[in-house]
Amino acid sequence: MSLAKISRFGSTAKIDPAVAVVASPEVITSSGSAKVVQHPASAPSKMAQKARLWINWGLVSIVPPLVTTALLLLIWEIAFSKAGSSLPPPSTVWKEAHELIMQPFYWAGTQDIGLGWRVLTSLQRVVVGFGLAAFFGILVGSLIGQSIWAMRGLDPIFQILRTVPPLAWLPISLAAFRDSNPSAIFVIFITAVWPVIINTAVGIRNIPQDYRNVAAVLRLNSVEFFFKVMLPSAAPYIFTGLRIGIGLSWLAIVAAEMLTGGVGIGFFIWDAWNSSRLPDIVVALLYIGLVGFVLDRIVAFIGNLVTRGTAAS
Amino acid sequence: MTQASDIKNTPSRKPYLRLDHIDKSFQRGTTSTEVLRDINLSIADGEYVSIIGHSGCGKSTLLNIIAGLTRVTKGAVLLDDREVNSPGPERAVVFQNHSLLPWLTVYENVSLAVNKVFGSSKSRAERDDWVRHNLALVHMTHALDKRPSEISGGMKQRVGIARALAMEPKILLLDEPFGALDALTRAHLQDSVMDIHARIKSTMIMITHDVDEAVLLSDRIIMMTNGPAATIGEDLTVRLERPRKRLDLVNDATYAQCRSAVMEFLYARHKAPRIAA
Repeated sequence: MSLAKISRFGSTAKIDPAVAVVASPEVITSSGSAKVVQHPASAPSKMAQKARLWINWGLVSIVPPLVTTALLLLIWEIAFSKAGSSLPPPSTVWKEAHELIMQPFYWAGTQDIGLGWRVLTSLQRVVVGFGLAAFFGILVGSLIGQSIWAMRGLDPIFQILRTVPPLAWLPISLAAFRDSNPSAIFVIFITAVWPVIINTAVGIRNIPQDYRNVAAVLRLNSVEFFFKVMLPSAAPYIFTGLRIGIGLSWLAIVAAEMLTGGVGIGFFIWDAWNSSRLPDIVVALLYIGLVGFVLDRIVAFIGNLVTRGTAAS
Repeated sequence: MTQASDIKNTPSRKPYLRLDHIDKSFQRGTTSTEVLRDINLSIADGEYVSIIGHSGCGKSTLLNIIAGLTRVTKGAVLLDDREVNSPGPERAVVFQNHSLLPWLTVYENVSLAVNKVFGSSKSRAERDDWVRHNLALVHMTHALDKRPSEISGGMKQRVGIARALAMEPKILLLDEPFGALDALTRAHLQDSVMDIHARIKSTMIMITHDVDEAVLLSDRIIMMTNGPAATIGEDLTVRLERPRKRLDLVNDATYAQCRSAVMEFLYARHKAPRIAA
């Protein structure tokens, strides 16, 4: 009911400025002097129009998720508020774990730290692992995209390796690095590198022959060609790969940290499970989801900045 | 066409670019298609030469061979008595579909070429001047910071021409430069190209399938027979005074003569193969 009301209100707000726009030319054509009167009047109405657009945007894009969240919390509360239910309802989560939400950056000893610190520790690993994956992924992807023989030789291997689940790499990397931190970073790297490689290669293979001809006539050397033609031309593909890669990295780090221990958010969940602190787990899940969302948006935003003007020709 | 007759056509000039018995066949799997056979052509310094023929006759292949983008199967391309077999900025190409890099602005597209060709011989300020000078030649200084997607098709082609000119090529190769443009824009650009040719007196080779365009712009028109195994069918010298004005030429006898000679070649003696039509 409330939803219907809101959307009806939203749509009238949208129509109003349109009516104003249609009406104004009639006023102008009816007499010359009306033009002069019309101009100062149109300035505030433009501001009002803008304000209305903002309000409209808020109603359309903020209210619906708030309403659904409230509904879901309500259902959750009702479903798990009975005594002896297996999971805590939201009210219990808030009661027992609100200091985790409110104070993400407290520090009281090596294992008693805020979730913000834990997330930052995990992010640090992701940044290193994903950075390596982006660097090598773009390099190897360029090689495969450029050279038909590199593709023939490497593509079958990559197609098999990329299906190996992230955690399956963990034992072997623990054996290789003999330390949990580099192992976790390696797992991130090996998880995120495949989509970057494959998308980069597709992007490079799709560089129009025209651009290659231009480069040939200019006698660009391979370094110049790489930076001035290949990377910009393949950028939309590369960023698709990077976006998939950052999502997978975040998936992998949580799982890897559960097994390797230490300070990260993944280990926090495992630790909470072992000491039966279910509300803490719920909060941690919320953190993980929000951070993953932000990471995805950051890469998408950089991609939009970098690939501006690349799509059209 | 033998070389002797070419030289006779342009007695005062020495041959600058020579195509010497060029054959080209494309290999696809086990089948081989002969596209060009025994192409011989001499072009003098400063000449404007059009290559005309029906689509599919291999005229673009011929241009790509001169540009060095396609390898010959047999024969050689000689520029100033030196063999060329790879692309280079001294044979700049104006591509049919402009081929501007969409992520660079108009200025950057030209400066990419200028920086590469004159990176060591000109100072930064000189290169900047040179980019602006060439964009001014094609009347595009108003759109320096626009990206290719923000300007019209004719403007893009102008920038493509400016980029090619900015390389200060020995030969300018134009691959159907006006093919994708509407008639009015095309006429406008043709005038620009004539003007540029008159001013910088560069050698130009243009691929076209437009008879009027060929007669209006060229000193010589090379007519290609139909493929496969296309070759030069006829070599017509256009004896029209420059500067040429398209309006004055409408009733010019020489113009009409040249025009009908090309038409006769294309539509009577070497009709388009039915598939291409």
